[in-house]
Amino acid sequence: MSHDVLHRLRALLGDASVSRDPDGIPRAVPDSAEGVAATLRLADQAGWRVRLEGHGSWVPPDAQADLALTTRGLDRIVSVKPADLVATVEAGVPMDGLQRRLADDGMWLALDPPGRPDRTIGSVVATATAGALRAGYGPVRDHVLGCTVVTGDGRLIHPGGTVVKNVAGYDLTKLQVGGFGAFGVLSTLHLRLRALPAAEATLVARAPRDHLTSAARDVSDAGVQPHALELLSPAVSAEPEWTLAARCVGSPAGVAAEKGRILDTADLPWEELPPERAHAFWHLVTHAGSGAAMTLRLGVLAPGLDEMLDLLGQQLDEGLVWAGASQGGMRWAGDAEPDRVRTLRNLAAEREVPLTLERAPWAVRQAVGHFGAYREGVGPLVTQLREVFDPTGRLVVAMDGLES
Amino acid sequence: MRAALAAELARLVGPRWVRERAAELAAYEADGLPTHASRPALAVIPGSRRELIAVIRLLHHAAVPFVARGAGTGLSGGALADADAVLVVLTRLDRILHVDPVRRRAVVEPGVVNARLSAAALPHGLHYAPDPSSQSACTLGGNVAENAGGPHCLKYGVTTNHVAALEVLLPDGRLVRLGSRSSEAWGPDLVGLFVGSEGMFGIATEITLRLEPVPAGVHTLLAAFASIREASEAVSGIIAAGIVPAAMEMMDQACIRAVEASIYAAGYPADAAAVLLVEVDGSPESAREEAALVEALLRRHRATEVRTATAAPERARLWQGRKKAFGAMGRIAPDLAVQDAVVPRSALPDILDRVAAIAAAYRLDVANVFHAGDGNLHPNISFDSRDPDMVARVHAANHDIMHACLAAGGSITGEHGVGSDKLEYMPAAFDADTLGAMRAVRQVFDPALRANPGKVIPTHACREWRRGRPR
Repeated sequence: MSHDVLHRLRALLGDASVSRDPDGIPRAVPDSAEGVAATLRLADQAGWRVRLEGHGSWVPPDAQADLALTTRGLDRIVSVKPADLVATVEAGVPMDGLQRRLADDGMWLALDPPGRPDRTIGSVVATATAGALRAGYGPVRDHVLGCTVVTGDGRLIHPGGTVVKNVAGYDLTKLQVGGFGAFGVLSTLHLRLRALPAAEATLVARAPRDHLTSAARDVSDAGVQPHALELLSPAVSAEPEWTLAARCVGSPAGVAAEKGRILDTADLPWEELPPERAHAFWHLVTHAGSGAAMTLRLGVLAPGLDEMLDLLGQQLDEGLVWAGASQGGMRWAGDAEPDRVRTLRNLAAEREVPLTLERAPWAVRQAVGHFGAYREGVGPLVTQLREVFDPTGRLVVAMDGLES
Repeated sequence: MRAALAAELARLVGPRWVRERAAELAAYEADGLPTHASRPALAVIPGSRRELIAVIRLLHHAAVPFVARGAGTGLSGGALADADAVLVVLTRLDRILHVDPVRRRAVVEPGVVNARLSAAALPHGLHYAPDPSSQSACTLGGNVAENAGGPHCLKYGVTTNHVAALEVLLPDGRLVRLGSRSSEAWGPDLVGLFVGSEGMFGIATEITLRLEPVPAGVHTLLAAFASIREASEAVSGIIAAGIVPAAMEMMDQACIRAVEASIYAAGYPADAAAVLLVEVDGSPESAREEAALVEALLRRHRATEVRTATAAPERARLWQGRKKAFGAMGRIAPDLAVQDAVVPRSALPDILDRVAAIAAAYRLDVANVFHAGDGNLHPNISFDSRDPDMVARVHAANHDIMHACLAAGGSITGEHGVGSDKLEYMPAAFDADTLGAMRAVRQVFDPALRANPGKVIPTHACREWRRGRPR
């Protein structure tokens, strides 16, 4: 079987674009959206199951499939338009390379997702992985203006566009952001950029956890909204205590004033990090969980942080935890049995908190699903939407797990 | 048939709330766009969520199409119903169910008027950021359906950036809950998919919205320019400098004159070719600093005059002309075709020249008032709907403007929606497979195609979409 797959793929994409991945299954490395489409059409005809990957760092390349399809060959930055603050990039472009290219023109993509620096922009979008800056710049969905998607049966669709405001047609792009590839393979993205900020400051404070959450509440109540206000477990910042980190971004006077207000309102032993240390600090925060087997997200709002952190500690562990102390949202990284995740998901659901499994070995994904605990009526809609974008079920994505 | 349905609906909502006489239905023939009109079979105005559910279930069992409508301020002919459809008017579902200042969330019914929510949140130092120009009349349910924008969406984002969760009544009468209070959802982003679906996926019966703190410092600047190109270049200069104003609005000379000749006169310099209204906000320090930067940039781009206001009454005065511009323009001609299109911001100067040339070629008067900061144009053409030749020229000019915006890499609508007005431009904006996918997605929510039929997706232009076999 796999021999036949290899043969037919080589005929289609050329020898250089077909290899075997470490599991020994054939891997297609198309270098264009049309190549992705042709691969998926072939898979559709042949009845192969296809798993998706970027560089294999955030979307684990381990699902049971006949063919691995990687977007790493889609690595072109198609256009960067400083005057419009818009870029068009292929899905396999690594995040670090993209940010460097944008910085050359005085811009950036205001996202700081966890993971290896070379993880692809496609994986960031497909898994909707945002970092601490989501407090000020919004979730991943706010940065994606449009895309090209290849459906499971090899059709190309182009929802959205390249302008910052657009309501033409249904917003199919939203489904792709955080869709984990279940609604097709992202091949090109149109991204909203920002000019590099004129000024920045990072404040950190270390103290017992409940002191930090209480101080963060004081900051928010005073109407102070730094672009990141992140609570970090000791393991994340490699310190003996929990850390509260604030990142102020903007004009020089605005940053200075915001800093002053944080120092005034939150009674904590604040330390301002000089620029180089601030850079190293956020790098550490972003990459601390890269080695863990799993990450999951909890949709908790700031007032529920303490309770959810306790629950997390009881059900999994208090190892690597990042929590949005102003706008909410929590990420955990580590290793856990599927049953533990399922229990945590159910307990969180009782508190109106959704749990999204962001990354995990296939056995866990298959058992628990990226989502699982759907709300009233949502499950059938998701199933039917998958049928629209992957009519013959080619794409192996564990959206809802074996039981929930 | 119609009478029987009216009687059944009356049983559900009370006879007072079913409109069936022609004179009564005339009020529902059009929305805010004067170029489209259509009389519904009936209009029903349920008084509660329970009545609404009963109405939709009745219509589903009777296989009658329906169109949901809020205040009717839409500008794309989106809330019009044909003679075989029932108009479901949601203005009586107008309760603000909950304002939660700690979580910064509000839960509202669809008929709540946009400005009312901000007023209710203000005592907590919060507001609802999206502010369509019609905010004193338009409903939040309509805002969700259209993914409405507004001047302050430049910095704060459009409706979709502010909706956390929805309870949706599907066209077959089932209820689903999409999203959650937080930014994480119970599944993929179905809230994002629903917002902007123009009433074709169902009716949002309960809307959970994010509230934002009211900024402490706000500066409004008004700059006059000798040419619209210079004003456009100032816009690009401000964006390129990395400043994201809360709002950046432009009015051309025709618009300024209309405003100044009206009761809304705001003291705009009447000889200017364009005025730019820029608002910056944030902490008092950052707003002050950004205002100084913006003022310097405006002067560098040859603004002939810059006025700045910080106190609320003066700012309101500078804004008044902008907010009432449509009303003022409506006074100078029998009818006004309000257009909505988007171009990349760098294309603004060229596209405005192009719009002027198109209007001149068709011997029409165009006035521009628009969201310059995000490239969202509103070229408004004055006309007389009693003059068929003029109506044909308006249509031809609109066609040319839409295609010019698409050719510049833009979109056919930034905030008004496709409705029935932009249907013909959809094949130019999207290919047949993309349109086919949109139609197939719509059928997931509404397999019988009974919710707001015939809008947004031109069926003839869709490639047939293969649907999955059950798994």
